[in-house]
Amino acid sequence: MEPVKAIEMKGISKAFGSVKANEDVNLTVYNGEIHALLGENGAGKSTLVNMLSGIYMPDSGFISVYGEEVRFASPKDSIKKGIGMIHQHFKLVDVLSAQENIILGDRQGTFIKRKKLTQEIKKLSDQYGLDVNPNKKVYEMSVGEKESLEIIKVLYRGAKILIMDEPTAVLTPQETKRLFEIIRNMKEQGCAIIIITHKLNEVMEISDRVTVLRKGKSVGTVNTKEVEVQTLIEMMVGKKIDLAITKETIENKKLLLEVDGLYVMNQEKKHALTDISFSLYSSEILGVAGVAGSGQKELCETIAGLNPAEKGRIFFEGENILGKTPQEIIRLGIRMGFIPEDRLGMGLIGSMDIVDNIILKDYQNAPGLFLKRSRYYEKANRIVDKLDIQTPGIFCPVKKLSGGNIQKVLLGREIDSDPRVLITAYPVRGLDIGASLTIYDLLNEQKKKGVGILFIGEDLDVLMDLCDRVMVFCGGEMMGTVDPSQVTKEEIGWMMAGGKMKQEVRA
Amino acid sequence: MKWFSLKKREEIPAKKAWLIRIVAVVLSVLCAGLVILLLGFHPFVTFGEIIKGALGSKIRLTQTVLKAVPLTITTLGIIIAFKMKFWNIGGEGQIMMGALAASVVALNFPDMPRGLLLLCMGIAAVIGGGLWAFIPAFFKAKMGTNETIFTLMLNYLAIKFVTYLQYGPWRDPGSKGFPKVADFTQNAVLPNVFGLHIGWIIALLLTVAIFLFMNYTKKGYEVSVVGESIDTARYAGMNIQSIIITAMLISGGLCGLTGMIQASAIEKTLTYSLSAGMGFTAIITAWLSRLNALASLFVCIAFAVLLQGGAYIQISMQIPAAVADMIQGILLFFVLSSEFFLQYKVSFHFKKAKGVA
Repeated sequence: MEPVKAIEMKGISKAFGSVKANEDVNLTVYNGEIHALLGENGAGKSTLVNMLSGIYMPDSGFISVYGEEVRFASPKDSIKKGIGMIHQHFKLVDVLSAQENIILGDRQGTFIKRKKLTQEIKKLSDQYGLDVNPNKKVYEMSVGEKESLEIIKVLYRGAKILIMDEPTAVLTPQETKRLFEIIRNMKEQGCAIIIITHKLNEVMEISDRVTVLRKGKSVGTVNTKEVEVQTLIEMMVGKKIDLAITKETIENKKLLLEVDGLYVMNQEKKHALTDISFSLYSSEILGVAGVAGSGQKELCETIAGLNPAEKGRIFFEGENILGKTPQEIIRLGIRMGFIPEDRLGMGLIGSMDIVDNIILKDYQNAPGLFLKRSRYYEKANRIVDKLDIQTPGIFCPVKKLSGGNIQKVLLGREIDSDPRVLITAYPVRGLDIGASLTIYDLLNEQKKKGVGILFIGEDLDVLMDLCDRVMVFCGGEMMGTVDPSQVTKEEIGWMMAGGKMKQEVRA
Repeated sequence: MKWFSLKKREEIPAKKAWLIRIVAVVLSVLCAGLVILLLGFHPFVTFGEIIKGALGSKIRLTQTVLKAVPLTITTLGIIIAFKMKFWNIGGEGQIMMGALAASVVALNFPDMPRGLLLLCMGIAAVIGGGLWAFIPAFFKAKMGTNETIFTLMLNYLAIKFVTYLQYGPWRDPGSKGFPKVADFTQNAVLPNVFGLHIGWIIALLLTVAIFLFMNYTKKGYEVSVVGESIDTARYAGMNIQSIIITAMLISGGLCGLTGMIQASAIEKTLTYSLSAGMGFTAIITAWLSRLNALASLFVCIAFAVLLQGGAYIQISMQIPAAVADMIQGILLFFVLSSEFFLQYKVSFHFKKAKGVA
C-alpha cells in the first residue's frame, strides 16, 4: 500500500525583517512515520513547525495536509486539520486538573460533561499507553506526567499529526524511554509524528527518517537506518567537526570550596536542597547531573550569596561565606565567577551594550559618584577579541547578539575578573555545537589555570566527557559522586531517578 | 481569512522611524482638521490661531513657558521612577504634598529673608513630595506591594487633605468667608528673571542634571539595572531596597518641587486644584520622550504649546473648550499609535485565498 502523505511542505520561505528564518524548505511526512527534524539552534526548525501549527504564515510556498492545500491563519485552523503541537515549554495551567487542562480553549457547548470527558480521556490513555489521572492537578505532576498530559490534550482534539519540540530536554533517561514507547505506539496507530531535536542519539534511536535543516534551508532527508551519525553532523554543521571534548587530569589539587550540610528552602517553602556536602578543588571540573529542578539552581545561587540557606556552611578557602550578600563577597575580595542559568534574566542586561554589561560587577569598586565608562572600553574590547565575540561593536545591545555570543560576553566578563572558583549553570544551553565546543575549551583553559569549576549540565554525554567528577542530584538530595570513567550513562540516569550509589569518588 | 497580517519588526532604520512619526503627526493634524471642519470652523485658521495663541505675543509665550515649567519638572520625576519600572502614578499627590510642605514654611515664617525662606520652602517641598513617594516605595521594597494602586490612592489622600485644610483649619479669616488659604507674603514668591518666574531656569538645570544622573552616575546605572532585571541587580550585589527608596525619594522630591513652584509663583497660596492633573499628564510626556530627560524638555514644551493654544482658541474663535481637548486627544492617539507601527509591519492580502478559511 502506498503510504499516505500526511504533510507536504514545498518551497517554504519565511523572513523576519532581514533574517531569513526559512528559505525554500521542503518537508514530507507520511502517516505512520516518526520524522526527526534536526538542526542546530537557529537553523529554522521551530519556525518551520510554527508554520505548520498556524502560529506563523509562510511568506511563500505551499503546505498541504492529507493532499489538500491549506493556509492557516491561526492555530485553530491547524488544530481543525488534525495537527497538534507539543511545545518545549508546557502550556498547562498549574492549578487546574488534567481534565480541565484538556478541555481548555475547546469551545464545545456551555457545560462540562465530566463523566463523558473522563471516559474519553481514559479511552485515549488506554489506546496509546499513556498514564494520566484526569483529576490530578498539574502542579502535583512530575515532568513525565505533564508530557503525557500534553500528548493527551492534542489527541483529544483529534490530532493525527503530532509535532513535538524537543520533548526530551527535561526528561530523565528513563522517562525518555517511556516517551519513546508512547511515540512508537502512536506510530502503530497510524499517526504521523514530527520530533524536533538536536540530540543525535535520540534521532538514531527513534526516527524513521530525518530532515536536516541548516541556516534556514533544508539540506536533505535521509532514512535513519542508512545513515551514520557523523554524516548527520556534517549535514547539520556543513563541515567536519571533531566532537571529542578533551579532558586532562591535573595533579596537585588544593581545596577551594567546601560545602557542608547545606539545607535550602525554595520560594514555596519546600526543601530545595537537603544535607548537601561536597568539596571543590582547584584545577577540576566538578559536574552536577540531575533532572531540571533537582536543586541545581538553588545550589548555585546559595553559593553565590543570592539565596539564604536554612543551615549549613560554605567555606571558601577556609572562610565561611554562607549568609553573606554578593556585595559582601565581592568586598571580601573573594574572586568567584557565576554564570547563571538565565543569562538575560540574571547576569546580563539585554537592552544595555557590552560595556555597560562588563562594568556590572566592577563599578562598585571604583571611587566616586560617576561611572567612568571609558575606562572599561579597553577591557570590553579585550574580551571581544579574546573570545572572538561576533558583534558590530562594544556599544551593541547584548540582546541583539546571538545566543552563543551572549554567553561569551557573560563568560568573558567572569573569566576576566580572574576568579578562583567558577560556577556555571547550563553554560551551553541553547548554543549550537560550534559555540558549545568553544565554551568547553574556555572552561578547560580555566581549569588548567587552576580554577575550580562547578559545572551544572543537562547533557549526560557532555558531563561525562568534560568533568573530572560528577555529583548526581535528585529532588534536592545528593545521590552520590561518581567518576565518569568508571560508570555508565545508565547508572547515572538511575541515580538521577533516585537510586543511591554506594561508592564515593575522591578527587 | 484575515485580510491583513502583522509582523514584528526586527529593527527599523532611524530615517524610516522618523518618517513614520512625522506621518503620524501629519495624519493627526489632518484628522483634527476634519473634526474642526465638521464643527463649522476653518481648520487652517484654527491651527494658525493655536500657534498664535501659544507663541504669538510675549504674554502668550510667557504663559506657554509657565505651563511647560511644572510639566517638565514633574516629567523628570516620573522618568526616574519609570526607568526603574516603578509605576509612579502618584505625581498628583506628591505635587500636593510638596506644595503643602512649602506652604507650612511660607505661612509660618513670613518674615524670614526672601532667599532663605524660598530655600527652606524648596527643601520642605522636596522632603514632602519625597516622603509621599517614600511610603509606597518602602512597602514595595520590603513587602512587594503593588505601587500602581498605592501611589494612585495616595493622590486622593493628599488632594482631599489639602481640600480639608483649605475649607477648614487653614481657611483665611480675612477672605470674607471665601474658602481659601491666606496668600503668601511677597517674600515667599519666587523672583522673576526676564519677566518670568525663576522656575524656568530651575527646570532647565534639572533637565540637564537628571540627564547626567541617569546616564553617567552609578546611581543612575543602578536604577536602570533594577528596572531591567531585579535578579541581575541582586546578582551584581546591588542593594535593591536602598536603590528603590533612593530613586523614589528623588522622583517624589521633583514632583514636590513642582508643587512648591506652583504654590509660590503661580497661585501664591495653597489650593487643592494646584496640581491640575499634571501628575497624570507627565506620565504621557514621560512615555512620549521615551524616558529620556533631554527629550522630555521638548515634549513638554510642545505639550505646553497645545495647552496654551487650546485655551486661546476658546477665547479668540469661541471654539468650545472640548475641541481643544479633542485636538490634543487626536494628536496623542496618532503619536502613540505610531509606536505600534514602529514595532510591527502590517501587510495586506487582497488576493482571495484558497483552502482553509
